[in-house]
Amino acid sequence: MQRIGVFVCHCGTNIAATVDVKAVAEELKNEPGVVFTADYQYMCSEAGQNLIQDTIRNERLTGVVVCSCSPRMHEATFRKAAAKAGLNSYMVEVANIREQCSWIHKDKVSGTEKAIILARAAIAKVQLNAPLTPGQTPVTKRALVIGGGIAGIQCALDIADAGYEVDIVEKKSTIGGKMTQIDKTFPTLDCASCILTPKMVEVAQNEKIHIYSYSEVEAVTGFVGNFDVKIRKKARYVDETKCTGCGECTTKCPMKKIPNEFNMGFDNRSAIYIPFAQAVPKVATIDPDHCNMLKNGKCGVCAKICTANAIDYKQQDQIIEEKYGAIVAATGYNHIDVSKYDEFAYNQSKDVVTSLEFERLMNAAGPTGGHLKRPSDGRDPKTIVFVQCVGSREAPPCAKGGKEYCSKICCMYTAKHAILVKDHYPDTNVYVFYIDVRTPGKLFDEFYRRAVEQYGVHYIKGMVGKVAPQGDGTLMVQASDLIANDQLHIKADMVVLAAAIEPDKSARHLATMLTASMDTNDFFTEAHAKLRPVESPTAGVFLAGVAQGPKDIPETVVQAGAAASKVIGLLSKDQLTGNPCVANPDELMCNGCSSCEKVCPYGAITYADKEFRQPDRTVAIRRVAQVNPAVCQGCGACTVACPSGAMDLKGFTNKQIMAEVDAICR
Amino acid sequence: MSVNTEFKPLIVAFCCNWCSYAGADLAGTNRLQYPADVKIIRVPCSCRVNPMFVLRAFQRGADGVILCGCHPGDCHYTSGNYFTRRRMALLFSMLDYMGIEKERTRVEWVSAAEGAKFAKTMNEFVETVTKLGENRRLEDLRCKKQS
Repeated sequence: MQRIGVFVCHCGTNIAATVDVKAVAEELKNEPGVVFTADYQYMCSEAGQNLIQDTIRNERLTGVVVCSCSPRMHEATFRKAAAKAGLNSYMVEVANIREQCSWIHKDKVSGTEKAIILARAAIAKVQLNAPLTPGQTPVTKRALVIGGGIAGIQCALDIADAGYEVDIVEKKSTIGGKMTQIDKTFPTLDCASCILTPKMVEVAQNEKIHIYSYSEVEAVTGFVGNFDVKIRKKARYVDETKCTGCGECTTKCPMKKIPNEFNMGFDNRSAIYIPFAQAVPKVATIDPDHCNMLKNGKCGVCAKICTANAIDYKQQDQIIEEKYGAIVAATGYNHIDVSKYDEFAYNQSKDVVTSLEFERLMNAAGPTGGHLKRPSDGRDPKTIVFVQCVGSREAPPCAKGGKEYCSKICCMYTAKHAILVKDHYPDTNVYVFYIDVRTPGKLFDEFYRRAVEQYGVHYIKGMVGKVAPQGDGTLMVQASDLIANDQLHIKADMVVLAAAIEPDKSARHLATMLTASMDTNDFFTEAHAKLRPVESPTAGVFLAGVAQGPKDIPETVVQAGAAASKVIGLLSKDQLTGNPCVANPDELMCNGCSSCEKVCPYGAITYADKEFRQPDRTVAIRRVAQVNPAVCQGCGACTVACPSGAMDLKGFTNKQIMAEVDAICR
Repeated sequence: MSVNTEFKPLIVAFCCNWCSYAGADLAGTNRLQYPADVKIIRVPCSCRVNPMFVLRAFQRGADGVILCGCHPGDCHYTSGNYFTRRRMALLFSMLDYMGIEKERTRVEWVSAAEGAKFAKTMNEFVETVTKLGENRRLEDLRCKKQS
């Protein structure tokens, strides 16, 4: 029989308000095996932990039950505390009487009753707990960063700075991400390229960093410290090692009428292209959908003029297999497709643009050389209307692909756009229609007020109902002014839509490969919203940038640095302590049928021939299952598949779960 | 001898550690209310739930059993919830044949971000089971509570 101590936490009033903690502690005294019960204000505090440790020593406890918050929150804390007092940490169980009891029930009688039942289940489980010792696995000292935007760049630089090898996988032909397309950054109006491109060069020059550009992650297996990743390096039909990036081929290529993605389709590029002058790596890429040589076998101009002999029309996709200890998901975002919002006439008029398109029109390196001109006729716009929250903060069902969340960056970049327009063309009328202006951040509100007070931008609370293209090429904007309670008709030359941002489409597939969880909007979920914001619940997977939720550049850089520090912490270990809750076959019961092997997603089960002494003293050789504890992740699929009941899961044994069921149904 | 109060069902919920248990925690963090009749047992993955556990719960007087796991394709262990789906489809149809109504058993997918879905599911399930009343089909009378 175990000697069990039960500790009931008040959690201030979080638990004590709806659960009579003293009654719970008193009632549990009568449970078999319980030799000590106590209640305390905060069990997780130092004093609370000391109470547990002292009681373990004084009462010679062999098992501990803590009735407190979710085990996802403080199980590790209490296990550590027990270990300090000399008790095996897996002799501790947590009864979740906060998240799953006190917080969801208002009635104190039923709350108390439920808390007692949950505690009984935990006690019944501890009765059957056995001390477990985790195994050790070595750590591969190399990190993978998926996504080469500012998040991935910062993260890779920080990891490399600590002396570890890092690989960046970027699906585009250059790193840099969305920030390369941006003109200025709020609220300082720094030039985005001036602060980003040095970092891109730093990445290229860093010996510890390897860039797989124009590549995608194909498959991920393994676990924390030991991921096996397959990377598909797509054929760019140019030998990266030979190409000097001179750009001669791009000027001679006869296929020149391809919409340039980098400039949001405002100008054209050739079939062989370098996205922009500061691209890293600065290597040409052939677009196989438009190259005449690849499509029809006729042309070959680029190969003829390339003095470096870098063109290779026969290049194939390459699969690279590499081992990593940690993975950072920094897959970034895209703007939603605004063409479904018919009321804004995005498809009907060239002068209705998204904010990222506007960004290119304002950019000195953009298609207009930084001179703001109407895309339709090249005239200077005299009146510009900015529409906020296009697809953001929408009420469900969001049929047009909108989002319920706030995209966070739009208020600030619109203020930036408005200031830049007024700065360059002071006689332009600028209107901004908003639901709310949200400017939390250092110097953010000052920046917004500058737009209103210093530059005279007209901020109007209200939504735009319709944008109607007129015969004279202007756009009639119908909107409501909620404060003046008035309907407005504004004749505008351009309309700029602040489209909602959404996670990159590739993120969902990646999350499945990484077994990392996502929320309903396809943002990666963090392990704990407040306390573990850059870790995925899947060990060894970390998050940076908008892949985790909408954020601006400074926040992205902060998060990338935080993710990097977590990666460095992981890679600095030589050995990782594994999860001891792994499958455990009973060799005497096992008949070697292979049922378990078939359901194991990790290939952790093998078979070995073993000698068994029979009752008649002869020796028989039988084939029995063997579990590799370093590979087993402890899902328990095999335990149910085993027809003879030989397979069990340590820490969640059949008997333990049965005992919990019994305790609950008593 | 207690006074005759309205019927309170006993519901056993098995929740996988990675999605549904976290979803249940989120329901708590958001203070979403659902009846105290639901008692959650944490399992590493929904595929850890042996049909024996479900049978045991009914044998010991549970009125309903619900399994919650990650959404298909999102299993932390890649494929566990697919096993659950098949095993439980089989078990539940057998239980139905034995007289335990299909409404008393359920498999639901609840992600770690779906606290609201967890609370909603539990409210619905408790309501359904309450309407069905007490389950006596598999109950082992030897473990019947003295009342």
